[in-house]
Amino acid sequence: MIEVLFFARLRETLDLARLALELAEPTTVGALKAQLAARGPSWHALFAGRQVLAAVNQELADDATPIRPGDEVAFFPPATGG
Amino acid sequence: MTDDVRILTTALDPAALTAELVNDRAHSQGALVTFVGMVRDLTNNPVTAMQLEHYPGMTEKSLTAIIGRARVRWPLGQVLIAHRVGLLHPGEPIVFVGVTGSHRREAFAACEFLMDYLKTEAPFWKKEFTPEGERWVEAKQSDDEAAKRWRAARQQQQ
Repeated sequence: MIEVLFFARLRETLDLARLALELAEPTTVGALKAQLAARGPSWHALFAGRQVLAAVNQELADDATPIRPGDEVAFFPPATGG
Repeated sequence: MTDDVRILTTALDPAALTAELVNDRAHSQGALVTFVGMVRDLTNNPVTAMQLEHYPGMTEKSLTAIIGRARVRWPLGQVLIAHRVGLLHPGEPIVFVGVTGSHRREAFAACEFLMDYLKTEAPFWKKEFTPEGERWVEAKQSDDEAAKRWRAARQQQQ
């Protein structure tokens, strides 16, 4: 299992803050994005549209970053704090 | 020499945070630089309120990592970063960065560095409320460029 978290605009668009996913074998952020984008039109639009950042275990990640069972993955827009 | 990162759900008091650094006699330094960011309060500003969301856990890790990178560049004393989350109104402080050091130059530079990286790397998101409705604030390219400037300066030094 992995836990996938969504923040800000993504959480509102999907109406979903977290999702538990079965993970049969290790994957990558890029492959997980493609898998999520295939869940439906709103998912596809989200990942195909404006920039989406990812974190694995609370560290910024890119498409090549590996994901293993037990990891916490998050997707969110570019930061706008401060 | 300590790193202090605080995520606040209630009012941020810049004077009280500054006093903590001034009164920290155990780590007394020659310079203290502070920065306070506030929700803009302009007469033609249609924003009536702002919601600050963050990623609990990653926020603290990310801010601590940014402080670590500042310490590699400059000899610093205390670093205190406090950031509001939740509902804010125009004129309210959102963020406080306080840095002490032996001399003003490193304290000024580190304070600016910390803010530039906080804006682009720490997982906070602002949503604005206006009479026309609500909207997520878009990231600014000028903020990205401000953070990149430090990387370029570092490469020139090396």
